Amino acid sequence: MIIRGDEPEQLRLIRKLYKPGNYFMQGNEAVAYGALFAGCRFYAGYPITPSSEIAETMARELPKLGGYYLQMEDEIGSIAAMVGASWTGFKVMTATAGPGFSLMQENLGYAVMTETPLVLVDVQRSGPSTGQATKGAQGDFFQARWGTHGDHPIVAVSPTSGQDAFWETIRAFNIAEKLRTPVVVLFDGVLAHTREQIKIPDIEEVEIAYRKLPQNEEEARLPFGDPHGDGVPPMPLFGHGYFTHVTGSTHKENGLRDVYTPEVHDKLVRRIHRKIEKNREVYEKYEEHFTDDAEILVVSWGVSARPALGAVLRAREEGINVGLFVPKTVHPFPAERMRELGKRVRTILVAEMNLGQMIIEVERYVNDDVLLKGVNKIGGVPLTVEEILREIRGVA
Amino acid sequence: MAKKIYSTYPMVKYLRKEALPTALCPGCGGGTVLNAFANAIDSLKLDPKDLVVVSGIGCSAWIASPYFLADTLHTTHGRAIAFATGVKVGLPDKKVVVISGDGDLASIGGNHLLHAARRNIDITVILVNNFIYGMTGGQVAPTTPFGAKTTTSPYRNIEHPLQISETVAAAGASYVARWTTAHVYQLIESIKKALQVKGFSLVEVISQCPVQFGRRNRMKEPAEMLHWFLKNSVPVSKARNMSPEELEGKFVIGEFVNRERPEFITELNKLIDEVQEHFGLKE
Repeated sequence: MIIRGDEPEQLRLIRKLYKPGNYFMQGNEAVAYGALFAGCRFYAGYPITPSSEIAETMARELPKLGGYYLQMEDEIGSIAAMVGASWTGFKVMTATAGPGFSLMQENLGYAVMTETPLVLVDVQRSGPSTGQATKGAQGDFFQARWGTHGDHPIVAVSPTSGQDAFWETIRAFNIAEKLRTPVVVLFDGVLAHTREQIKIPDIEEVEIAYRKLPQNEEEARLPFGDPHGDGVPPMPLFGHGYFTHVTGSTHKENGLRDVYTPEVHDKLVRRIHRKIEKNREVYEKYEEHFTDDAEILVVSWGVSARPALGAVLRAREEGINVGLFVPKTVHPFPAERMRELGKRVRTILVAEMNLGQMIIEVERYVNDDVLLKGVNKIGGVPLTVEEILREIRGVA
Repeated sequence: MAKKIYSTYPMVKYLRKEALPTALCPGCGGGTVLNAFANAIDSLKLDPKDLVVVSGIGCSAWIASPYFLADTLHTTHGRAIAFATGVKVGLPDKKVVVISGDGDLASIGGNHLLHAARRNIDITVILVNNFIYGMTGGQVAPTTPFGAKTTTSPYRNIEHPLQISETVAAAGASYVARWTTAHVYQLIESIKKALQVKGFSLVEVISQCPVQFGRRNRMKEPAEMLHWFLKNSVPVSKARNMSPEELEGKFVIGEFVNRERPEFITELNKLIDEVQEHFGLKE
């Protein structure tokens, strides 16, 4: 059994096609190249602004690497095809935006329940509904977390620049492979369409993870067991004669459906949660600036983290003791670190391009005596350094 | 002909024994379809290791997953063909078969059905058409005959049924055939052909649901439904010379198309070869 995309032949092709160095490219292109470096060789998607350049780049580049680009009839079919392809050993990705993400939610839940590795890039745009199709936003924070039904864990990462998007997409693939789970990349329309300098590394500098494959017949017969105690079952791929049964219904360790026994459901769903909770080191990531002596803390994510850093730097010049905390993996939230920081500061400003979503998550980890305030902006135009700086001055 | 009583069932070797007995109702046509499929596999001497069977949601989705002993993918409602598309790209040398119902494949999944036929991807779809949503309690379906009674058309159905085989044939499939569960041998032959065709193939099986459909339409016994199929079946060759009025309420059976068209995965791989050649990427 092999996971396609990481064979020596593939590395040779990557080297030949993408010379290390600085390129001037869009955030969306950076996501696509990140996926190619991570070993993605199957993309199924449906065009939607502002994510379309990811599909376009994949359609152009994948055939060169012997990979497959499929333009499906809709978003639902796209994520469905990805799940099918993932069970044959492909690293798979799709990209979409808010409305398409909504359509993918049912099968995102299916991927959680069947423990199928895949990467879903949501290039967030203004909503609700069609909203401002070409404008960026950060309104899908909770759609990523709770868009699909039932008790389920989810991992979502959020890049803060085009360069970051390259590396965070690779990280998303590695998390998906290591934990046998879908991973959401919460990107946004602003960074997606911003052209900037992006450094493409040598493939040697890239950490590439592989999903765990069964080591023997016994492991292969229990595609939803936990033989290694880490909550992550080895994945017997289709086509190898294991007669694997995969279903989104509640199933036993051997994959066969049992929707009547409460203990079977309890055990399965709790393990899927435990798998994510207990492997925090696989995905937890955040950035901090000047948090050591901060009295005011700015918390921001994704596209808003850049003007937030600009504002913090300017405020520091003015002698204000302000720090910045940027969760890079936004789900599960870096709760422990947030709690520690929350104890030390008197004021927290949460800057985001929505009417207040991550602030709800932050609020869970800070005490009542902390002044918590949102710096929010909607309408498709990103927050500026000045806007955030004004708020910092206001609470200094 | 004397009745032969079987004490063993040779096809059981193809079934997932730990999943038996089946959850299908007594008299359901699903057993006939499973039997026909197993017989087709047996007669073609296909190794189940070379099969991946995908299904959606509903009674007919259960026919092969979990009961057939192969790699089986039981998916979300309506999406089986889209899941199967991904599987086929990854495993072009395996037979990828979708077995599911009319509600699943032709209603919520209608879009995927049409586009898979248009692409002509090498997948075999066995679509079990019992005119009704069985598992959810017998509600009206896009295949329910005009005038029939269901739990959500308690007075009568005022919608016209979708002609699945005709529609899929028009969409571009390589092979399309329709039989009823009363035409078992023809059905087996068509499944065999469908599995061998390079391209999208559909075998529509008109199947009895005595519990949800028959009971509400004066055919409580499975045999009554089979008689209804036999009495109203018209071969496709004869149907060509009949008017729409004459065909009202009839089941047109037989092969609708059997043709060669460029196949999707073959074309996809050809394209990759050309691109790699063009950019000088081949060793």
